[in-house]
Amino acid sequence: MNNVVAQLQRQFHDYLVSLYQQGFLDNQFSELRKLQDDGTPDFVAEVVSLFFEDCSKLINTMSRSLERPENVDFKQVDSGVHQLKGSSSSVGARRVKNVCISFKECCDVQNREGCIRCLQQVDYEYKMLKTKLQDLFNLEQQILQAGGTIPQVDIN
Amino acid sequence: MVCEMETDQTEEMDIEVLSSMWPEDVGTQADNQFNVEKPAGDSDTLKEVDIAEKRTMADLKRLPELMNNTDQGSSQLTNLVKQWEYMQDHAVKLLREELKILTRQREEAEAKELKIIEEHNFETQEPENVPVLDDTSHLFRKFKHKKRDALVGSKRVEIDEEFDTVAYWKQKALSLEKMLEASTERERRLIEKLNESLKTMESHSAPVEELTQNLKRAEGFLHFILQNAPIVMGHQDKDLRYLFIYNKFPTLREQDILGKTDVEIFHGGGVKESEDFKREVLEKGKASKREITFETDLFGSKTFLIYVEPVYNKAREKIGINYMGMEVTDQVRKREKMAKLREDNAVRKAMESELNKTIHITEETMRAKQMLATMSHEIRSPLSGVVGMAEILSTTKLDKEQRQLLNVMISSGDLVLQLINDILDLSKVESGVMRLEATKFRPREVVKHVLQTAAASLKKDLTLEGNITDEVPIEVVGDVLRIRQILTNLISNAIKFTHQGKVGIKLKVISEPSFASAGAEEQNSLTETETSVWIRCDVYDTGIGIPENALPCLFKKYMQASADHARKYGGTGLGLAICKQLVELMGGQLTVTSQVNAGSTFTFILPYKVATSDDHSDDQDFSDMVDHHQPEPDDTTEGYFQFKPLLGSIYSNGGPVIGNNFLPHKVMLTSPLKLINSFVTDSSNNTAQSEMVQVENGGYMDETCSGPCPSKETESCSSSQASSEGGVLEMESELTVSSRVEEDKTETSKQPKILLVEDNKINIVVAKSMMKQLGYTFDIANNGVEAITAIKDTSYDLVLMDVCMPVLDGLKATRLIRSYEESGNWDAAREAGVDIKTSESEQVCVHSINRLPIIAMTANTLAESSEECYANGMDSFISKPVTLQKLKECLRQYLH
Repeated sequence: MNNVVAQLQRQFHDYLVSLYQQGFLDNQFSELRKLQDDGTPDFVAEVVSLFFEDCSKLINTMSRSLERPENVDFKQVDSGVHQLKGSSSSVGARRVKNVCISFKECCDVQNREGCIRCLQQVDYEYKMLKTKLQDLFNLEQQILQAGGTIPQVDIN
Repeated sequence: MVCEMETDQTEEMDIEVLSSMWPEDVGTQADNQFNVEKPAGDSDTLKEVDIAEKRTMADLKRLPELMNNTDQGSSQLTNLVKQWEYMQDHAVKLLREELKILTRQREEAEAKELKIIEEHNFETQEPENVPVLDDTSHLFRKFKHKKRDALVGSKRVEIDEEFDTVAYWKQKALSLEKMLEASTERERRLIEKLNESLKTMESHSAPVEELTQNLKRAEGFLHFILQNAPIVMGHQDKDLRYLFIYNKFPTLREQDILGKTDVEIFHGGGVKESEDFKREVLEKGKASKREITFETDLFGSKTFLIYVEPVYNKAREKIGINYMGMEVTDQVRKREKMAKLREDNAVRKAMESELNKTIHITEETMRAKQMLATMSHEIRSPLSGVVGMAEILSTTKLDKEQRQLLNVMISSGDLVLQLINDILDLSKVESGVMRLEATKFRPREVVKHVLQTAAASLKKDLTLEGNITDEVPIEVVGDVLRIRQILTNLISNAIKFTHQGKVGIKLKVISEPSFASAGAEEQNSLTETETSVWIRCDVYDTGIGIPENALPCLFKKYMQASADHARKYGGTGLGLAICKQLVELMGGQLTVTSQVNAGSTFTFILPYKVATSDDHSDDQDFSDMVDHHQPEPDDTTEGYFQFKPLLGSIYSNGGPVIGNNFLPHKVMLTSPLKLINSFVTDSSNNTAQSEMVQVENGGYMDETCSGPCPSKETESCSSSQASSEGGVLEMESELTVSSRVEEDKTETSKQPKILLVEDNKINIVVAKSMMKQLGYTFDIANNGVEAITAIKDTSYDLVLMDVCMPVLDGLKATRLIRSYEESGNWDAAREAGVDIKTSESEQVCVHSINRLPIIAMTANTLAESSEECYANGMDSFISKPVTLQKLKECLRQYLH
């Protein structure tokens, strides 16, 4: 039994570390994890799912704005990017945040092509992260079900 | 005659045509000897015609002298003589030939005669007529021959008488007498002929006459050529005294020139040079040319091309020089003009290409800077994460070694952050992106604030002081942001290099400095409408000082006084460069004086406009807030601040927070009653004293108080001076509590009220969770307008304000809140379009007096710089993403 837990815990640890190493996450995610305690056991998952909802909503809005070949409302797009950037920064979604930075630059110079490219990239990145995090949460659940505790992961 | 063709002299010909070409005498005789050709007198009136005539007389005399004395002379004469000789030779040859013919004829005749005599067998004893002339002379031979011919005829006279008879002898004597007579007659004729011949010979073959003719012709030719030429010629002896001159300057008489040297004749530029040149030629013995510009009183500025050749006598000894000068002033001028034009052209071309290069470089630089700025920003974001995490890590349980490592990490990270911030600033200034803003501000407040900030993070036993003279206006207009940045930079620099003693700021009004009045045009346009004032600010310390040789590179980028200092004290070496650039951007000047081991003083002088009450800056809200400032806090006129070190500071970690630690160890406002630091000033400000008494009575700032006195309270104290008694009392009680709460704030019964202004719900969720962990709750406003509404209704202890928000952004909202605090009403907010109910604004007056700490939450972009936050009235800022540690630090500073 302990073996299973230890194995899961190691798996969890390795997976999380790999997410950091591959640049999906940054320290802010650790911050988030630190905020999770007994009182709010699903804090990270909640925040993250909120984030993904936000993402999908913002991306929809922005893609609608960018759909029109002319007279794109860049102000609206910009506000969306800003939101997305803030959110991704807050949850530690590093890749999403990085795309947002270039997205914002494209937006600033009103480069529609660039914006669309960034939008697709953001869409891809957030979905990717979503899958990865779902896996992570699944692992967490497994550990908890196996009666283990979520290990503290030291990211260096 | 050629010379009579003489016409008007050309303009260039300043020098009258003179007569002879050659020196008449090489001896150094009195000049009248050279003057044979013309009377000593007015040389201007001299005509060539006269000269030509007189010259002929002189020529004969001169010839032998010339021949004897000069090579040149002799060579020419030799030619003439040779020519003559040749002619004579020719004549001789012809005569010889004639003689030969005659001789042959004579011989023939004699032979014929002999034959006839033999034929006739004629024997005669009588002596032959002996020719009286030597037969070597062909002339006489000729005559003899003729005589013979004649004789032949006479010989034919036969004597008819018998030989040896009287008659015979008589007859013979008679015929002989006849012959004698004829002979005498012949002789007489011959003598006549000889005389005649001698005469013709004399007149025909004298070489002198011929040579004279030739010379005359040569001279006439030279005259013809040279009379109008701008040429002067001369001969000088080996002491360079003129023996001869042709075409001399008209007003000079011959006496004035001959026998004298150039130096004796002329005065002015070029004379010495020409004399030296002649001497050089004489010494070297080589003919040479040179262009010399004369600048004499006599004929002004003229350039001559001078040819000088040495003159030798037969013995190859130098006896002087020949000198020839051609006036080329106009040519030289033209040439110079051309050269100048060409030069100008070249210069212009060079400048053009230089300019192009500069433009190119500038463009490149701008691009590079833009990239640098972008890069810096990109680097800063992740770096702040690294540093933030390291800070958080430092709060966890670590062993000694780990802590040491972590400290290194934090300080390194901090340094990099600082460097990047500096680079950003610098590139902003250099790329011209940085714009200056004109806002009203209070110099005293700025100085105080800067010192306070510095005192907060002070880890040394140093006294910080500020001293502002009375004549410094209470309010001036300038870019407070930049001025604060400069002051902060200079102060932190001073603190860095000072280990004991004090660091301070001194402000005083000075008269307009010379560097400003030099380019005062723009200044004038300013002063027409507003009065400006120059304020000198000294930032002094008692630190290690700067060696003199390091002063020049002090303001250069990335330079520190020495590599040792850089190692020992760290720093980017950009701070002073930024300060200097900023000061210069504002039209001022930054200088430094320093003495090693005694300290340094950085001085910057800047012009400010003096704020007038009717002066509204662009920034309506902000100026309103200042203008409608009803209570007059005492530190608007306060001239002295001091911050003394508190040993054993509780801030052992000294964490590098990007925001400022507003935790002065002790704030001391000028008051004789506050003798904590045994410091007394001559405060003439009664209101300040009375306020202090009130404060002291309230138990605040006890002499024994060793706890830190948060700046918030201090500011509140000072700004509450004019408020109602009740307000003050209420505040005092609050302060009493808060000053004791420091260690265990979680136990405090009073839960601080916090407002989070944030539009991003993810951020809100995260922040909420963090706050919860820190033991706080908070209200949420989604934008600036909501924030203002919330603040109007509720008294908050702290506001965390996002900068970039829809509807009303954080900066504007903060300005409106500040405006409200100063004026007690929300007029500014209403003007800005925020919907506020009028009736409620009255009852908030007690809370409105307290300055509400507003912390910005920035994404650290160019648009959301920390300086901008300060300028808009924010107290500090947290860079995003917000971390637990940052939040904790911040709350600890502002909530007690």
